[in-house]
Amino acid sequence: MYSKISFLLVTFLFLLTACAPAATPTGVVTPEEGDAGTGATPVIRVFTHDSFDVSEEVVNEFQNANNVEVQFLAGGDTGSALNRLILAKDNPPADVFYGVDNTFLGRALAEDIFQPYESPMLAEIPDQFELDPQFRALPVDYGDVCLNYDIQYFTENNLELPASLEDLTLPAYRGLLVVQNPATSSPGLAFLLATIANFGDPGYLDYWADLAANEVKVVSDWETAYYTEFTRWGGAYPLVVSYGSSPPAEVIFAEEPIDAPPTGAIVAEGTCFRQIEFVGILRGAQNVELAQKWVDFMLSTTFQEDMPLKMFVFPVNENARLDETFEKFLAIPDQPAQLDLGLINENRERWIQEWTETVLR
Amino acid sequence: MDGDGAAVIGSPAAGQEARPTPALRRGGLVWLLWLPPVVFLGLFYFYPLISILQVSLSRAEGFFPWEVLFSSSILRVIGFTFWQAILSTLLTLLAGLPGAYLLARYDFPGKGLFRALTAVPFVLPTLVVAAAFNALLGPRGWLNLGLMALFDLSSPPLTFVNTLAAILVAHVFYNTTIVLRLVGDFWARLDPRLALAARALGATPWQVFRKVTLPLLAPAILAAALLVFIFDFTSFGVILVLGGPRYATLEVEIYNQTTGLFNLPLAAALSIVQLLCTLGLMLVYTRLSEKVTRALTLYPDVLPRKRLRTWRERLAAGFLAGLLSLFLVLPLAGLAARSFTRLEPDRGQAALESGGFTLDFYRALGENPRQSLFYVSPLTSVSISLGYAFATVVLALLLGIPAAWALARGERVKNPLARWLNRSMDPILMLPIGTSAVTLGLGFVIALDQPPLDLRASPLLIPLAHTLVAFPFVVRSLTPAIRSVQPRLRQPAAILGASPGQVIRYVDLPLIGRAFLVAATFAFTISLGEFGATAMLSRPEYPTVPVAIYRFLGRPGGINYGQALALSTILMLVCVIGMLAIERLRVGEVSEF
Repeated sequence: MYSKISFLLVTFLFLLTACAPAATPTGVVTPEEGDAGTGATPVIRVFTHDSFDVSEEVVNEFQNANNVEVQFLAGGDTGSALNRLILAKDNPPADVFYGVDNTFLGRALAEDIFQPYESPMLAEIPDQFELDPQFRALPVDYGDVCLNYDIQYFTENNLELPASLEDLTLPAYRGLLVVQNPATSSPGLAFLLATIANFGDPGYLDYWADLAANEVKVVSDWETAYYTEFTRWGGAYPLVVSYGSSPPAEVIFAEEPIDAPPTGAIVAEGTCFRQIEFVGILRGAQNVELAQKWVDFMLSTTFQEDMPLKMFVFPVNENARLDETFEKFLAIPDQPAQLDLGLINENRERWIQEWTETVLR
Repeated sequence: MDGDGAAVIGSPAAGQEARPTPALRRGGLVWLLWLPPVVFLGLFYFYPLISILQVSLSRAEGFFPWEVLFSSSILRVIGFTFWQAILSTLLTLLAGLPGAYLLARYDFPGKGLFRALTAVPFVLPTLVVAAAFNALLGPRGWLNLGLMALFDLSSPPLTFVNTLAAILVAHVFYNTTIVLRLVGDFWARLDPRLALAARALGATPWQVFRKVTLPLLAPAILAAALLVFIFDFTSFGVILVLGGPRYATLEVEIYNQTTGLFNLPLAAALSIVQLLCTLGLMLVYTRLSEKVTRALTLYPDVLPRKRLRTWRERLAAGFLAGLLSLFLVLPLAGLAARSFTRLEPDRGQAALESGGFTLDFYRALGENPRQSLFYVSPLTSVSISLGYAFATVVLALLLGIPAAWALARGERVKNPLARWLNRSMDPILMLPIGTSAVTLGLGFVIALDQPPLDLRASPLLIPLAHTLVAFPFVVRSLTPAIRSVQPRLRQPAAILGASPGQVIRYVDLPLIGRAFLVAATFAFTISLGEFGATAMLSRPEYPTVPVAIYRFLGRPGGINYGQALALSTILMLVCVIGMLAIERLRVGEVSEF
C-alpha cells in the first residue's frame, strides 16, 4: 500500500516538473508582468488571429529598439477574434489588433473599436489599399483568393483553363470545382464576394444556381477543400478555391525540392478577390505611443519583407521586396474583383443567407 | 432505489436497506462536499455564461423576437440535432456493449494495449479523423479504389464524406470508448455469482443476460448513453468537417450565427434552447437512473475474469476484438502509416503501395527553417499538452470526488435542504458539456476581465475550460461505483474501530479505485484532445499538440501535410502511453481479496 502511495507521489512530482515549461514559459512575459506599468520594461499587447506568424529576429529588433516587450494574443479565426474585441471593447485585452480583413473591416469600423492614427509610413503605401479615410484601420498586407487548378489533371485531360467565372458553369467543368461555405470559411466568403462583384446583386444568385446545377461541391473549410477534395491531394476535384500564394507555397513546402509548382492560380480578370488585412490601435489601449510605434513597425520594410514567407500574404509597402520564389511563381491578378467596404458590411449577412438558401437547401 | 420493485433473481440488495452514515444524516457534510464544485461552477461557468447571454440579448433592437426560434429553418436544425444524436447514441451502444463485455469478462493477450488504443480516437482533432477516414473511404480511398478495380468501375461507387453516414460513423468512432469504459468497468465488478445462480436455476444464457445482467448494468449503460448523447447532441467539428455544410446541429448554427452572421441575440437564444434541451435530458436521466439503480456488491475487478478456454470462445472473442480493431484502430494505423510514407510519388492516395518509407516529416518537426517566433518543438508542445492534461486531471478529480460522494452517499439524508441541494445539483453538473463552446468562450472573455480574475492572457484558462468538460465525466464515472459500495461493508469496519480514513482507504478505495482510474483517463483524454476552446484561449507561443496540428493543416504543401500527420501520430502515441501509465497506477486496488 505504502509503496503505491509513494509511487503516486513520485509520479505526481515528476509530472509537476514536466509541467513547469507550460506554467512558467521562458522568454516571454507572464501575465502578471504583462500588465503594463508594473514591470521595468513596458509591454505592448498585440491581438491577432491564429494564422499570425512572424520571425523571432524581427520582433527582437522592435523590442530592442524600443526597450519594450511584445506580447501576442491569438483569438481564433479572424471572425472570432474580431467578435471578442467587439464584446470586450470597454476593457480591451490588448493595445493593437492586427488581422481584420476587408470582408470584416466594415463590422470593426461600425462597432468603433479602433482609434485613428495617421502613420507617417502610409506615404509608402499605395492609395488603393487605404480603405478607411479616417485612418482607424491601416493596411498591412494583401492576398488574393483565386481558383487553383491541378496542372496534371488539366494536361492529362486536354482541358482548357476557365477564363472567367462564367466559364465555370459550362458542361466542360461539370463536377470539377470545390468551394467553401462562406458562412464558415474566409476564402469561401471572399469567393462569394467575387461572384457578387461580377454578377451583381441579385444576379449572383442565378450564377450560383447555375454553378449548383453544374455540380459544384461545397465543403465547410479550406482544409477539407484543399487536402481532401482537390485532385492534387487525392480528391476528385481539379479546381479549388484557394489563394494566389498557394502554388508558390507548394514549391516552398514541397516534400522534396521541386522546380515548378504542381498547381496554378487562375488570375483572369475578375476571378480573384483581394483580401487586405489591417492593423488598428484599439480604443482604450493602455500605451498608445508604443502602439503607434508598433503600427509603424508593421508597415516598415523589415516587417513587410518578413510576412510573405510567414503568412503567405504580400506587402502593401511598395519598397518591400519579395522573396525570389514568389517573384518566380506568384501570379498576381491585374484586376481582382472589388466591392465597396460599406456595401459588404451592409449586405454580408443577407448575402450569406441567400447563398445558403440557393446552394445548400 | 429498487423503486420499480422488480424481482431481481438473487440480488443481494433485495430487501436490504442501505443506511446513510450518521454524519451524512445531519446533512452538513453534503453542504460541505458541494462547496468546491459549486464555487467552481459559479465562477467559471455560470458567471461567464450569464454575462455573455445578457450582453448578447441586450444587443437585440427592442425586445428579442422569440418567434424567430420557431421558424422552419431553426426547427429543422433542432430536429436534425436530436435525430442524429439519437441514431449516433444507439449505434455507439451497439458497437460498445459487446466490447465492454469482452473487456469486462475475459483476459486475453494485448488487452491493456487494446484498451488504451480504443481511447485514442477521443483525443484526435476532427480534421485528422476526417483525413483518416478519407484514406479508407474517400473518393480515392482504398475501399473505393479496390471496388473500382474489382468491378471495373469508372467512378468511385461509395460516397462517404458529407453524408449522414459519415457523421454517424465518426460519432461512433469517437464515443465508443465512453461505453467501453463506463460500462466495461462496472461490468467487470459485478458479482458473477448472480449470473451463475440464475444459470444453476435453469435460466438460459439469454435469460440471464436479460433478467440479471442487464438490469444490474442499467445505471452504467444509462450514464454512458447520456454522456454519448450529449456529446453527439452538441457535436460541432464532426458535423462541419465530415457532415459538410448541408448539415447543421444547434452548436453549428450557434457558431454560424455568432461568427459568420454576428447575430448575437439569436446565437444566445439558440444557446438557451440547447441548454434547456440538455437540462430536460438530465431530468429524464435522473428519473430513469433512480429507477434502475440498486445497491449491489461490487468486486475488485481482479476476481471474476475468465481466460479464453475453448476454441469457440477464442473465435468469438477474436472476432469481436477484430471487429472493434477494424473500426477503431485501422483508421488510426492508416494515419500513422501515412506519416512515415512519402506522399508525392503516387500523389497522395494509396501511396503506401508505391511510396517509400520516410522520416522526413518527423525530422521537419524538429526544425524551424524560417525562424518563426511561434515555433515549438514537438517535445515542447507535447509537454504543454501534458501539463494542461495533468492540471485538468487534478482539478477535475478534486472537484468531482466530493460531488460524486455527495450524490452517492447523500441520497437518503433526512435534511430537506441537503436533499434539495443533491437533487438540483445532479442535473446542473452536466450543463457545461451541453453548453455551446463558442458562447461560453466569449463569456470567459468578457466576464473574467477584472483583477483578481483577469484571466484573459493566463495559461490557467485552458485547464479551467477543460475541467468544465471533464468534471461531468468524472462525476458520472465515480457516482455509480460509490453508490454501489454497500454500507454493510463499511459499517463493520467502523464498528471494529477503523477510523473514517481507514474505512476509505481499505474499504472504499479498493472498490472504487477502478472507477477512479476511469475518471482520470476521461479527464486526461478530454484535455489532450480538446481543440475548440484551446484554439480560442491559448497563447500562440504555447500551442497544445492539436493546435499545432491545425497550424500545419492550414497551409498548402506536402511537408506541412506530412508534419500534421506526424504530429497526429505523436499525439496518438502520447495518448496510449498516458493511458497505459494511468492504468498502471491501479489506485488502492487489492491484489488479494
